[in-house]
Amino acid sequence: MSAPLKLRRSMLFLPGSNAAMLSTAYVFKPDCIMFDLEDAVSLREKDSARLLVFHTLKLPVYSRVETVVRINSLSTPFGLTDLEAVVRAGVDVVRLPKTDTADDVHALEAEVERIETDCGRAVGSTKLMAAIESAAGVVNALAIATASKRMIGIALAGFDYVMDMQTERGDGSELFYARCAVLHAARYAKIDAFDVVFSDVNDDAGFLKEVELIKRLGFNGKSLINPRQIDLLHNAFAPTEEEVDYARRVVQAAETAESKGLGVISLGGKMIDAPIVAHARLVIARANASGLRT
Amino acid sequence: MNASITARFAAAEIAGLQGFSGVTASAPYLGSRQEKYGRKVANSLEDAIRASGLKSGMTISFHHGFREGDKTINLVVGRLAEMGFRDLTLAPSSLLACNFPLIEHIKSGVIRRIYTSGMRGKLADAISHGLMEEPIHIHSHGGRVHLMDRGELAVDVAFLGVSTADEFGNANAVSGRSRCGSLGYAMVDASRAKTVVLLAEELVPYPNMPASIRQDQVDLIVKVSEIGDPAKISIGAARMTSNPRELLIAKLAADVMEHAGYFEDGFSMQTGTGGSATATARYLEQKMRKKGIKAGFALGGITGSIVELHRKGLVGRILDTQSFDAVAADSLATSPEHWEISTNFYANLTSKAAAVDRVDMVILSALEIDLDFNVNVITGSNGVMLGASGGHSDTAAGANLAIVVGPLIRSRIPTVVKRCTTIVTPGETIGAVVTDHGIAVNPNRPEVAARLTAAGLPVIPIDDLYAQAVSLTGEPRPVEFLDKVVGVIRYRDGSVIDVVRQAAG
Repeated sequence: MSAPLKLRRSMLFLPGSNAAMLSTAYVFKPDCIMFDLEDAVSLREKDSARLLVFHTLKLPVYSRVETVVRINSLSTPFGLTDLEAVVRAGVDVVRLPKTDTADDVHALEAEVERIETDCGRAVGSTKLMAAIESAAGVVNALAIATASKRMIGIALAGFDYVMDMQTERGDGSELFYARCAVLHAARYAKIDAFDVVFSDVNDDAGFLKEVELIKRLGFNGKSLINPRQIDLLHNAFAPTEEEVDYARRVVQAAETAESKGLGVISLGGKMIDAPIVAHARLVIARANASGLRT
Repeated sequence: MNASITARFAAAEIAGLQGFSGVTASAPYLGSRQEKYGRKVANSLEDAIRASGLKSGMTISFHHGFREGDKTINLVVGRLAEMGFRDLTLAPSSLLACNFPLIEHIKSGVIRRIYTSGMRGKLADAISHGLMEEPIHIHSHGGRVHLMDRGELAVDVAFLGVSTADEFGNANAVSGRSRCGSLGYAMVDASRAKTVVLLAEELVPYPNMPASIRQDQVDLIVKVSEIGDPAKISIGAARMTSNPRELLIAKLAADVMEHAGYFEDGFSMQTGTGGSATATARYLEQKMRKKGIKAGFALGGITGSIVELHRKGLVGRILDTQSFDAVAADSLATSPEHWEISTNFYANLTSKAAAVDRVDMVILSALEIDLDFNVNVITGSNGVMLGASGGHSDTAAGANLAIVVGPLIRSRIPTVVKRCTTIVTPGETIGAVVTDHGIAVNPNRPEVAARLTAAGLPVIPIDDLYAQAVSLTGEPRPVEFLDKVVGVIRYRDGSVIDVVRQAAG
């Protein structure tokens, strides 16, 4: 049995300034928790939020969930101080906002490596991800995704992107190219891809419709702003019982064929080829990691 | 006078009995039609008070069906103060933040003693800080009836606000303008107080049915402009929630209800009124449909979410001792299987039968729950009283499984504590506690723990919940109190289970 699949379906955003939410948000069991020091924190709370997030990262309860911190851009007075704090506190992943070029990632990586060395943290243990929030970022997505071995994913951020494109959020067609570009870059780089937040937390049907779309496109998951969206998202991403049953039959047929030395696999009169078997194994792995859809 | 009748009695020479002396001898009101119909109706509240025979030092009672919208208590006590009454014992079924004007009446000596299920707001704050010379008595809903029946709480005059009454005193709160629904508390006072005065918003033609309070219980009726604001019933206690943490707890609580061993066709439940408790009902709907079962009855304080299940056919009957919103009040008026019950029927342990004893599962709230599962629903983290005993200890004792729900931490204050500041409900009657950080089952219910664990639910020792809480908040400093006892917590059998001392802060 191989190690369970690492799922990154849900990335829950939490304002770094909200102590009550920070201390106990892990109970909602998202795949990743992202503490925000950037846009969700007002200027006068930048320092206190950094301190709160620093201490939160050190809580034992957060050792069981992947932690991400969105730092302020390194071009602001806060970015480097944020980075110093969170790398030292043991954050799993640093999320760089407004990433336009591979050089943005290189600059971040250089600082991370310096801090790791300074504080005695294993060099390379701090992972990175980049948020794509502009036309430049989308165009450079491939270079950004492949800019560092530390990269675990790239995320599309919708609001800034559509502003940059001189349009606004609508039925999703305005994001179509960006979603596909980010996704292709991620798949080429073999890292994860995250879709935009869905901001109307009371519109479950609309949320699920968007989840269905991005799941079909191939995204690993989505950024979330309300814990109530976690169960909906996880359930939508979970394979159905029928899917798993079929996948098991495919894998069994493949194993039978292999043991008999047959090159061609057949299931119920249909030809099964290697990609179908690979997909079936992925479905089973996902079911093992997430459970079945209810 | 009919001379021939008088003569017959005299001739019979029966000793020890009194001879007939006319139809009106014992019923003078039959002398005129106006007197016959209208003798109970007072022209003003003052007239009603005078006619009630109330004297200084006596005990007066009220119901709190309007909760934060109540206008009756403040009105009547204000008038009693103006009329010069003193040293009264105030015995409402409960008090809320809206009753803060009582502070002045306590200071001036109009109110000397208080029996209540709870208190909130400025009044609770003032009493916690030593406003009264005598400690107040906090009782449960069932315990209040018990104290009345054993004579400790003898109500001289009950002042009961009703939305409609006829001139004989048949009254309810499901018709008219300001409807609070069930008069479950008032029904007890109507049957036990020496004198019963109705404050009615509207006088309607005889007979006013259904009669929650009946003509043979009522002494006086006075029309008043407003008894309460039903829109304010749900403030503070009963509400629907979109809070993700409360929803998470509700979902877990519904999981516990599903797997604890009582989730069979015809089961019974009480879900209470907190955010999580109300939301639990919603999650139960899916589970009941999936399993194809229905609840036989739901009990207690009734909210719209229980009524919704009832309307969908998932709860057969509702036994309603207090309606917590307009939906519940309207359902009581319209659904033939939504029944009004008194708190004696509901929860009194010395009643000839109490409905709490028929409940399979009850969802309860807690300000604190300690490592022995004792529950505090009265004092806050600063030692000030801010809650109510309500039906907490009654249902916990009666139900087959009492489930306490709440967040492990409120802001920075742990809910699971080493020792409760104040004990209202003894831990031996609590089966499980459900928090956002996991479920703890009382060691005296190993079969429940085994069932929940088998269902894959996150069951952990309560000590672990406590450790989790203090790992986030640090060990809370004990609350500081002065020596003076300001509140006596009466268990449902009248015994003293704890006292509350004067808050230091």
